[in-house]
Order: sequence, then structure tokens, then C-alpha cells
Amino acid sequence: MRYMLMMNAPRGNGDWGANQWSHDDLKAHINFMHELNADLTKAGELVSAEGLAPPGDAKLVRADKNGAPVTDGPFAEAKEFLAGFWIVDVDSADRAFQIAARVSTAPGPGGLPLIIPVEVRQVMSAPPVS
Amino acid sequence: MSESPAEDSATAAIGHLLRELAPQVLGAVARRHQDFDAAEDAVQEALIAAATRWPTSGVPDNPRGWLYHVAVRRLTDVARSELARRRREDAIASEAAAIETVVPSLFGEIRPDEDDTLVLLFTCCHPALTPPTAIALTLRAVGGLTTGEIARAFLVPEATMAQRISRAKQSIKASKIAFDLPSDAERAERLGAVLHVLYLTFNEGYASSSGADLQRSDLANEAIRLTRLLRALLPDDGEVAGLLALMLLTDARRAARTGTGGELIPLDEQDRTVWDRLLIDEGIAIVSDTLPRGSLGPYQLQAAIAAVHDEAMRVEDTDWPQILALYGVLEGMSDNPIVSLNRAIAAAMVNGPSAGLDRLVALDSDARIAGHYRLDAVRGHLWEMAGDRERAVAHYRAAAERTLSIPERNYLTTKAARLVDQGRGR
Repeated sequence: MRYMLMMNAPRGNGDWGANQWSHDDLKAHINFMHELNADLTKAGELVSAEGLAPPGDAKLVRADKNGAPVTDGPFAEAKEFLAGFWIVDVDSADRAFQIAARVSTAPGPGGLPLIIPVEVRQVMSAPPVS
Repeated sequence: MSESPAEDSATAAIGHLLRELAPQVLGAVARRHQDFDAAEDAVQEALIAAATRWPTSGVPDNPRGWLYHVAVRRLTDVARSELARRRREDAIASEAAAIETVVPSLFGEIRPDEDDTLVLLFTCCHPALTPPTAIALTLRAVGGLTTGEIARAFLVPEATMAQRISRAKQSIKASKIAFDLPSDAERAERLGAVLHVLYLTFNEGYASSSGADLQRSDLANEAIRLTRLLRALLPDDGEVAGLLALMLLTDARRAARTGTGGELIPLDEQDRTVWDRLLIDEGIAIVSDTLPRGSLGPYQLQAAIAAVHDEAMRVEDTDWPQILALYGVLEGMSDNPIVSLNRAIAAAMVNGPSAGLDRLVALDSDARIAGHYRLDAVRGHLWEMAGDRERAVAHYRAAAERTLSIPERNYLTTKAARLVDQGRGR
């Protein structure tokens, strides 16, 4: 079954203020994510993973009565932003939760786990073969 | 039962030969038939027939002619059944004449030759196509990659790529692009479009050759293979040679360009002992052979600059005055703000950081690059050279917030963090 793991970032700039971290803390965080993706690839569980650009220029789009796009935003005052996501193909929901928990422990300043909130949603699939 | 190693290698040799011949045969058939889609189907069937028959029957004396005739026969069969369909709708007097109208001049004397690959390249890279479409079509038709391989390289589902390629063929048909060598008047522009597509293909593979994206580096190899092919067809063209040299001299540094964690390593911090000397020697030989012949173009100049970098075994041996001079010529030729940006770096290396910073001021009023993260990244670099840590950090951070590449963002943020740490005396 496939799950989408959505990693939310707290600040307006979408990166936990990593801009201000020390060089070593930054390195540790980058290596953590790199190893995670390498492990998921090796386990044959990674479908895709993408990081999103900072939300500074993000827009909310709706169609007007003619179907033309109407844009709204950006919303700098929002507390949380989707910073990136993984789609994994795993044997059980528990395994998806395990991976999400690992994401959550990505190190921040001083090497302490950030305890990132990760939303886990199952991806719907094709109808069963009968 | 598995095949013997000898059979394996014979099959591999046939596969290699077929890949080489495929664009020539496709070019010849498409040129004759003027229908890309039908020609490609017919050539595919000829290739499959060859792949099944040749390993047991042996490779025919004229494999290209064999493939061409099988493909043409297939097209004729298709034309016949099309004709039969029309017949049912209204009677047609002469079958032969009718086939002629469905398959124009199919029976004329034509032999596939090397020009056909060139025709195919000119068509796939036609300026009427968008660059991503042209890249996909070129890899498919000239490179002989499967749609699945191209889809994986571009990280999109195979069905999406199949549609993209199919739409490209439709727009070639709709815009009535002739399958032929361009006229002399058009030639320079059309060749420029071919070179641009090959260059973008190379970049697509090279710029992402790290970590999970490793498979994409095959694109760089494929671009080099196709540019070699083009050079064999147009040995006297300086820009074709320049593009090939540029690719080789850039690709030579590939292994040194990313660290074990997939992080970017800039030119001045790379371990130069892992640069590929064979590629460098080949690239430099092409540059030295081409430059003195005159008719300088942007690809030759960029290759010459890459050659100067690659010749320096240690970063401090880099001949910056020569690089600065080459960028000066290139800037006069190309009106590209990225060239001006690089020239500013070279100026800083020769005459000090303030000379570089002065050159950047003009770029703030150039709408094509003002506010672009690369302008901030270079300012960060030059302020760091000048010893102004605070300004350097601010510019690196500003650049990090705007780049759309994760390795690049990591690199820039790390750079700023290192400077801040140094400021704190750590």
C-alpha cells in the first residue's frame, strides 16, 4: 500500500530557520535526510520524494465564473507550511508510521530532534482485481 | 538454459549495431515518406525483425539496406491495406498509381546515408518544438532510448512521456516541417537549435548527477554520444566541435563534483586528482584544433574556458587572466547576463573582489537577472573574498531562500553557517 508522508514546517520561510543553524547542525540534518532516502530506496519502499520551494510566492488559486484562474496570497502569516513529501510503498500502515517517526526525529540545532509533525495519508489505489 | 557468453556478446553487438543504424534508417524512411509516425512504426518493426533474426542467421552484408527495405516493405503493406479500405469506399482504377499517392515516391531510388541522421536531428530539434519536447523526441528517435528509459530520466510516468513524444510527432506533422536538410539560409539557425537541444540534454543529466538522481547522469552520456555523432557528420563545424569539447571538459569533473552525501562541491574545492584525464585530453585536443581555424562561437569559447580550468592541477595554478579575457570575448558575442556574472568572478580573481563587485552593479538593472539567486550567490562569494563576513552571510542566505535546487540550497546555507561559525571563533 502506498502512503503519502507530508512534512510540515513551522515558520513562514518553510525551513525551521535552518538559515541560522551552525554549520555542523546543518550538515547533520542534511546527512540525516540523505541517509533516510538512501535507506528507503534500498528497501524498495521509496516511490518519490520532493522538497517544496519556500512558500514566499505560493498562491491559492480558484477559478472565476469563466474558469479563469484567480490567485490569492501569499499568506506569510500562516503558521505551518507543507515543506516536502514522500510517497512510500510499504507492507503495512505501521511501517508508514515508523518511517514518519524517523522523519520526525531529523536533527535540528545542537543535534536535538526537531520532532517535525508528519501527516500520514494512504494513497487510494485501483479497484481490486476480481 | 542460459545463453553462452559468446552468444551474449554477439547479441549485445547486434543491439549496439541496431542502435547505431536506427536513426539513419528512420531518417531515410521518414525523408521518403514524410510521415514521422508511420515511419517510426515501420522502422520499429524492422528493428524487431533484425533483433530476432540476425543472432541465428548472421548479420547481413548491408545491414542498413536490409533494415531500410524491411521498413519500406512494411510501409507498403500498411499503404496497401489503407488502399483496400479506400477501395471499399470507392473504386480506384490503378492500384500502382494509388499506392504511389499513399506512399509518395516510395519506389524511387533512395539509399539510406549518413545525411539521414542529420535530417532526423534537424527535425527533432526543430525550433517549432519546445525544448523539453525536442529533447524527448531526439532521445527517442535519434538516441534510440525507449520511452520508459526517457520517462525514468525525466522522473515522469511512462504514459506521460509517451504522450509528450506522440504530441511532438503530431506537431511536426501539423506544422508541415519538411524532412529534409535545411536550406543554406536557414542552416545556421537550425543547427543552433540542434546544438541547444544537445546542450540542454547534457545539462539535464549533469546538473542532477547525484544521489537518488544518479540514473539521470545517463542523459549526459547520451548527449555526448549524440554530439560525437553530429561531429562525425559535420567535422568542419567549429561550434559542433566546441560543444563536444565543452561537454567532455565539464563531464571530466563529474566524479569530483558531488560528495558522498550528494552535496555540491564547487570547482575551487574539488579533488582534482579524480578528474578524468582522458576526457580532458580529448577536450583540450579538440579546442586546440578548432580555435585557430577562426569563426569563433560561444560554445568554442566556453570550451576554451573549461579547458583553462581543467589544465590547472591545483586551483591556485588557474590562469585567471586568460579566463577573464575569454569571458570578455564571450560577453561581446552573446549578451547573456550569466556570462557577465561569470566575467565579474574572473575580474575579482584577477583584480580583486571590488573589481568584481563593481561589475555586478550593472546587472541589478538587467531585468533578466536582477533579483535572481545567482546574483546573490556571487555577491556572497565576492564579499567573502573581501573579508566582509556579514554582507557575505546576508547574500548567501538570500540566495539560499530563492534557489529551486535542494543541493544548491544546502550548499549556500552551509556556506553562510560556516562564516557565522568562524565569526564566533569556532
